[in-house]
Amino acid sequence: MTLARKPRIIGDLSALPDSAHGAAHLVWWGNLGFMLIEGTGFALAIGVYLYVTSITPSWPPAGDPLPPLFWSGLFTVGLILSEAPNLVVKRLTNRHDAERVRLGVLAMTVVGAALLVLRGFEIAVLTPSWSQDAYGSVMWMLMILHTSHIVTDFGDTAVQAAWLYTHKIGPDQFADVEDNCNYWSFVVIAWLPLYAIIYWLPRVL
Amino acid sequence: MTDDDITERARHDRLVAAWRDPPGLWGFLTTVDHKRIAARYIVTTMFLLFLAGMLALDMRLQLSAPDMHRMTPQLYDESFALHGSTMLFLVSVPVMEAMAIWLVPLMLGQRNLAFPRLAAFSYWLYLGGVLMLWIPHLLDVTPDLGWFEYPPLSGPAYSPGHRADVWAQMITFTEVAALAASVNIVATILKLRPPGMTLAKMPLFLWAMLVASLMTIFGLPAVMLATSMLISDRLVSTNFFSPAGGGDVLLFQHIWWFFGHPEVYIIFIPAVGFVSSIVETFSRRPIFGHAAMVLSMLAIGVLAFGLWVHHMFAVGLPRLGNDFYTAASLTIALPAGVQIFCWIATMVGGRPRLSVPMLWVAGFVVTFVIGGLSGVMTASAPLDLQLTDTYFVVAHFHYVLVGGAIFPLLGAFCYWFPKATGRLMSKRLGLVAFALIFGGFNLGFFPMHILGLWGMPRRIYTYGPEMGWGGLNLLATIGAAISVAGGIVFVIDAWRSFRRGAPAGTDPWGGSTLEWATASPPPPYNFDYTPAVDSLTPMWTSELIAYDGLGIDKRELLVTSVADAEPLYRQNSVGPSIWPLLASLGVAVLFVGSIFTPWAIVWGAIPVAIALTFWFWPTRDRATTGPFRKRTP
Repeated sequence: MTLARKPRIIGDLSALPDSAHGAAHLVWWGNLGFMLIEGTGFALAIGVYLYVTSITPSWPPAGDPLPPLFWSGLFTVGLILSEAPNLVVKRLTNRHDAERVRLGVLAMTVVGAALLVLRGFEIAVLTPSWSQDAYGSVMWMLMILHTSHIVTDFGDTAVQAAWLYTHKIGPDQFADVEDNCNYWSFVVIAWLPLYAIIYWLPRVL
Repeated sequence: MTDDDITERARHDRLVAAWRDPPGLWGFLTTVDHKRIAARYIVTTMFLLFLAGMLALDMRLQLSAPDMHRMTPQLYDESFALHGSTMLFLVSVPVMEAMAIWLVPLMLGQRNLAFPRLAAFSYWLYLGGVLMLWIPHLLDVTPDLGWFEYPPLSGPAYSPGHRADVWAQMITFTEVAALAASVNIVATILKLRPPGMTLAKMPLFLWAMLVASLMTIFGLPAVMLATSMLISDRLVSTNFFSPAGGGDVLLFQHIWWFFGHPEVYIIFIPAVGFVSSIVETFSRRPIFGHAAMVLSMLAIGVLAFGLWVHHMFAVGLPRLGNDFYTAASLTIALPAGVQIFCWIATMVGGRPRLSVPMLWVAGFVVTFVIGGLSGVMTASAPLDLQLTDTYFVVAHFHYVLVGGAIFPLLGAFCYWFPKATGRLMSKRLGLVAFALIFGGFNLGFFPMHILGLWGMPRRIYTYGPEMGWGGLNLLATIGAAISVAGGIVFVIDAWRSFRRGAPAGTDPWGGSTLEWATASPPPPYNFDYTPAVDSLTPMWTSELIAYDGLGIDKRELLVTSVADAEPLYRQNSVGPSIWPLLASLGVAVLFVGSIFTPWAIVWGAIPVAIALTFWFWPTRDRATTGPFRKRTP
C-alpha cells in the first residue's frame, strides 16, 4: 500500500453495535428520501388540481357529477384505523419481538388487501372518465398516484411477511419492518389532503 | 520488510478479498463499487458529450453562411432537439452525479456509498435513458421539438407518431436514475461522515453535493409529472393540456420550469464544489468565508425554486407576477456573487500556483460572470420580451452552462485524474486544450449576443443574406470548430496519460481533503482504516488520525450521527448483485411498453416486483421458531 501518510490510530470501533433503529439507522434516511420525492410528487399533483380548478368556471364543470362519498368514506375510515395496528407493529420492532412482529406484519398484509378491495369499489363508482374533461383527468391522476402507493406497500408488506416467517430475524430486518411501518404512515397521511381535495373541494366550491 | 509491513500487507489482502468484484463480465455486470459505477457513468457522459458536440458542429456549419440548404428544416429540428436533450438530461446532470458517486465516499474516508446497489441501478437506468433517445434516432424516430417540448405542439394533435413519446420516456428513465443517485448521495453525506466531521467541518464539495442532491429530490418530481401528463394526454386522451377539454397548455410550462430553473443550479452547484476544492488546494489556504459559501449555496438552493416564471415572461402572465419574478431572479445573483468574491479572496490571501485545473477555474470565473450578467439582463421582464427566443438567450445559457459547469468539470477532471488513474496528465497538452476550448468557446458564443440583439431568432435552420448575419455566424462557426479541436486534444491527453502518464503518487497537488490520503487509484475498499478529522482541511494537519476496528474480512461501513458525526454503529454493506441490472431491465420494459399501451404499467410491474424482491431479499439463516421454521429430520 502506498498511503500518503500512515495515520495514528486513536480508537477502536469494533465494540460498536452492528445495527440500530429509528433515525440512527442508515436505511431510515433512504426511506425518508423516497418519501420526500413522492411527497413532492403529491404536492405538485395537488398544485395541478388546484391550477385546473382556478381556470374552470365551476367545479366540478357543469354536467359532471360530484364524487360519491360512500366507498371513499369507508376506505378513508379503514385507512385511518389501519394506523393503529401499524403503530403497534412499529413499537414491537423496537422490542425485537420476533413472533409478534411476524404476526403484526401478516396482519398488516391482510389489512392492505382489505383496503385494496375497498379502493377497488371506490374506483369503480368514480366518474367522469379521465378522458371526459380536465376535471376527470386531475381527479384520476390523484387517485392513481395514491393507489399505486397502496399497491406498492401491500406488495412490500406481503413479501416482508413471507421472509419474516421463514427466516431468523436480525436487528437490520427489525429496522426494515420499522421503515415499512413508517412508509405506511406516509401513505395514510398523504391520503388525508388528497381525500379532502378529491371529495370535499368540489362540494365546497 | 518489518513486522508492521507484513501486518499491513495481510490487512490489505484481506480487505481486497472482502471488497473485490468477481472477475470478468460477471464482475462488470454485478459490481457495486462506487468507483467503477462512477467511471462508467463518466465515460458514457463523455461519449454523449462528443456526440452532442458533433451535432452542434453540424448545426454551426449549417448556419455559417446565409441560404445554406445542406440540412433540411426537419433535420435541423431533430439536431437541436437531440443536442439539447442529450446535453441537459444525458450529460450535464448525470456527469455531476457521477462525480459525486466517485468522490463523496472518498472524501468521507468511507469504503462505499450508503446504498451500493441503488448506485448500480441508477447507472443502468441512466443507460436505459441513453438508449431510449439514441436507438430511436437510429430508427429515424428522433424527437424534433427541442429540449423542452411544449404542448400543444407536442400533444396528440400536432405530433402524431412516437417522437414526443420517446423524448418524454427518455426523461422518465434519466430522472428516476438521478433521483436514485440523489437519495444515495444525501444519505451518504448525512450518515457516513467520518468521526469529527461535524456539519460545520464539512468540506464545501460535500455541501455542494448535498444541496444539489436535495434540489434534485425536490425538483425532478416536477418534470416526471409534466412528461407523464403529456404521455397520458397522448396515450389515453386525458385533457391536462387540452384547452378544448378544460386543460391549459401553460400548465405544462409552469410545471416544466418549476423543475427547469432549479435544473440549472442542480448543474451549477456541484461546479461550486469543484471550484472550491481546486481553489483551496492551489491557493494553499482554506477557502475564505466557509460559512458564507455554505449559506450562499443554501440560498441558491432555495431561491432557485422561486424563479421559474422568468422563463415565461412572454406568455402574458399578470404584470405583478412578472415584477415579482424579476426581483427574485435578480436576487439570486447576490449569493452567486458572494461565492465569486470568496474564491477571489482565497486566491489573493493564499499563495496561488498556476496549474491546468486553476486555468479552468479562471476560465470559469470569466465566462460565468459574463453569463451571470446577461442573466441579470434577461431577468428583467421588459428586456426579456425583446431578447427571448433570440440568439442572445442561446449565448446566455451556453455561457452559464458551459462556463458555469463544463469548464469547472474539465478542471475537476484534470484535478482528480491522478487520483482516479494514478497518473498525471500532460501540462503542455492541458494548456493547449484549455486555450483552444476557452478561446474557441468565447469566439463562438460571444457574437451570438450581438446576433440576438440584431434580432436573429433561435431554432431557425437558415437565414437570408439580406439579414446581415453571415459574418458573425461564420465567426461563431470558426469558434465552435476551434473548441471541438480543443476537445479532441483534451481526450488525446487523457487517453495518453491513462496509458503512460507519469506516476502521480497519492497526493500530487498537496490536496486538503481525505481522498488524497489513500492510494492512487484507490483500492476496492478505499481506506485501510477509518479516518477521523478535526479540521476542514484534514490533509494539512500535522498528522492523520484514524480508527481501527471496522471489519477487514467483511464489507462494513461506519454510520455516524447527522449533525456531529458521532460513531453510532457498524453497517453491513451489501456485495455485488445482478438484481439492480435485472430490475432496471424490468423498468425499461415497463417504460418502453407504456409508450404503446397503458397496460404495460400493469404487466410491466410484475417483473420489476420480482427483481426488487430478489434484490432486497436478505440472506440469513432459516427460522428456528414459528410455523415455517426449519425442521430437522
